Amino acid sequence: MAEIRNYTMNFGPQHPAAHGVLRLVLELDGEVVERADPHIGLLHRATEKLAESKPYNHSIGYMDRLDYVSMMCNEHGYVLAMEKLLGVTVPIRAQYIRVMFDEITRIANHLLWLGTHGLDIGAMTIFLYCFREREDLFDCYEAVSGARMHATYYRVGGVYRDLPESMPQYQPSKVHNQKEVRRWNANRQGSLLDFIWDFTERFPGHVDDYETLLTDNRIWKQRTVGIGVVPPERALQLGFTGPMLRGSGVEWDLRKKQPYEVYDRMDFDIPVGVHGDCYDRYLVRVAEMRQANRIVRQCVQWLRDNPGPVIIEDHKLVPPRRERMKDDMEALIHHFKLFTEGFCIPEGEAYAAVEAPKGEFGVYLISDGANKPYRLKIRPPAFVHLAALDEMARGHMLADVVALIGTQDIVFGEVDR
Amino acid sequence: MNVIKRYLQSFLLFELLQGLMVTGRHLFARKITVQYPEECTPLSPRFRGLHALRRYPNGEERCIACKLCEAICPALAITIESQERADGTRRTTLYDIDLFKCIYCGFCEESCPVDAIVETRFFEFHFENRGENIITKQQLLTVGDKFEKQIAADRAADARYR
Repeated sequence: MAEIRNYTMNFGPQHPAAHGVLRLVLELDGEVVERADPHIGLLHRATEKLAESKPYNHSIGYMDRLDYVSMMCNEHGYVLAMEKLLGVTVPIRAQYIRVMFDEITRIANHLLWLGTHGLDIGAMTIFLYCFREREDLFDCYEAVSGARMHATYYRVGGVYRDLPESMPQYQPSKVHNQKEVRRWNANRQGSLLDFIWDFTERFPGHVDDYETLLTDNRIWKQRTVGIGVVPPERALQLGFTGPMLRGSGVEWDLRKKQPYEVYDRMDFDIPVGVHGDCYDRYLVRVAEMRQANRIVRQCVQWLRDNPGPVIIEDHKLVPPRRERMKDDMEALIHHFKLFTEGFCIPEGEAYAAVEAPKGEFGVYLISDGANKPYRLKIRPPAFVHLAALDEMARGHMLADVVALIGTQDIVFGEVDR
Repeated sequence: MNVIKRYLQSFLLFELLQGLMVTGRHLFARKITVQYPEECTPLSPRFRGLHALRRYPNGEERCIACKLCEAICPALAITIESQERADGTRRTTLYDIDLFKCIYCGFCEESCPVDAIVETRFFEFHFENRGENIITKQQLLTVGDKFEKQIAADRAADARYR
């Protein structure tokens, strides 16, 4: 009789459910996964090495491209590390703006996650609804930074520009007349803050819609309940962070445990799961969207009442305002110095971590006193999570691997760096 | 009682029908689709699209070849060569931007002390041949001339924030 052998199969890198360029070598016994071996590196761009060859301020834009669905959180980790070494305190308004955009980013990230995770395991409609809301968040991104995704908005010492007082409007065209366009523009009449406020008013209703579609849905439950169970002790041992850890029932959130910026002034809860399966992680992320919405609302209220500077006035670190640069010699010299050689950071090392939507995004920075980092180490959450895929997938069916990749919320920009 | 209720709900596909009601409601809701080539989503004055080189109102090009943009460009997409012109001013003889390298971070515009290099609202560009991704000084000036009104309006709208 012929020997029965396991079947080895490639999942990806061109698989539509592989979330980018994941190549997964699966060893299958029939339809049951015996071993899942992730092969990574197909999107490796040497970001860490690249940052070591450039002045500090050059690399902010490259941080956007690590986890390319939660852009501003990555920038935040990087500028936080630099500020820690420099000993800079950011103006309070800039801190609120950063917190607000971190939470907007969190909502945007979870919306993309919910949409694609749903799409992966068979829920088509949710994808379209999620992307509709995401569009509004990208409008916020664009209004404030000029780019829909790769914002390059956070700077050492604050943020680049204050929030705009007006929103761009839809223009009538041959498809939609003045009247219809006026309806689209209804929430764009005020400032960006009004636009965000309007979004936060609507958003909980949209989340209710998503929950109606999925939370009780028997198909959704069949695909997620009891899949990829990680007990809390094991989750800690595997180095999980973010919703992956909270889904297992460990109440750990850097925003609460190690507050940075103004998170200690914010009123929000940490949602935790119970069973540590895909379904609980889904519930945690949905609850997180609601909490993020709460934080955004608190920030908007504060920002409306408290105008002020959004970046420090230290011109050794921050270029002077354009107006001053044009008629003040000293300001012009600062401008030229900053844009040619950047700034130097005193010798030392620092680790700064932010609670990115996917987990703890950390930047470990060693400076030898030059204008570029001696070493920059990025700690991406998804990399750690992906390492546990093998353990989570063992004993599950082939189709569950898709649910597991989805639930880990992997983005290859940051796994491969 | 609860058991019977749950059994009935499960048997009658209650939660699936609820979900179907959500989709049904959206089916009849007002559409938000933007018909792209005919109309466009709004662009803010800060939008960072294709680059352009601007001129002064008298037609003189603004760029003085200080090379700040070349120095700050994280992707090394900008190449500049300069020479003294016959009238004694310093101008660029070569100003190339490799649009494949460019990451549209906006640092060049931020660094420019004379507002010469800017990023316009124009984002619908394409290339047909190899090598067209490197746009020259002449092309950049042409883009600048074409969109000058919009560029000036955008800079004016955003001036107080910068």
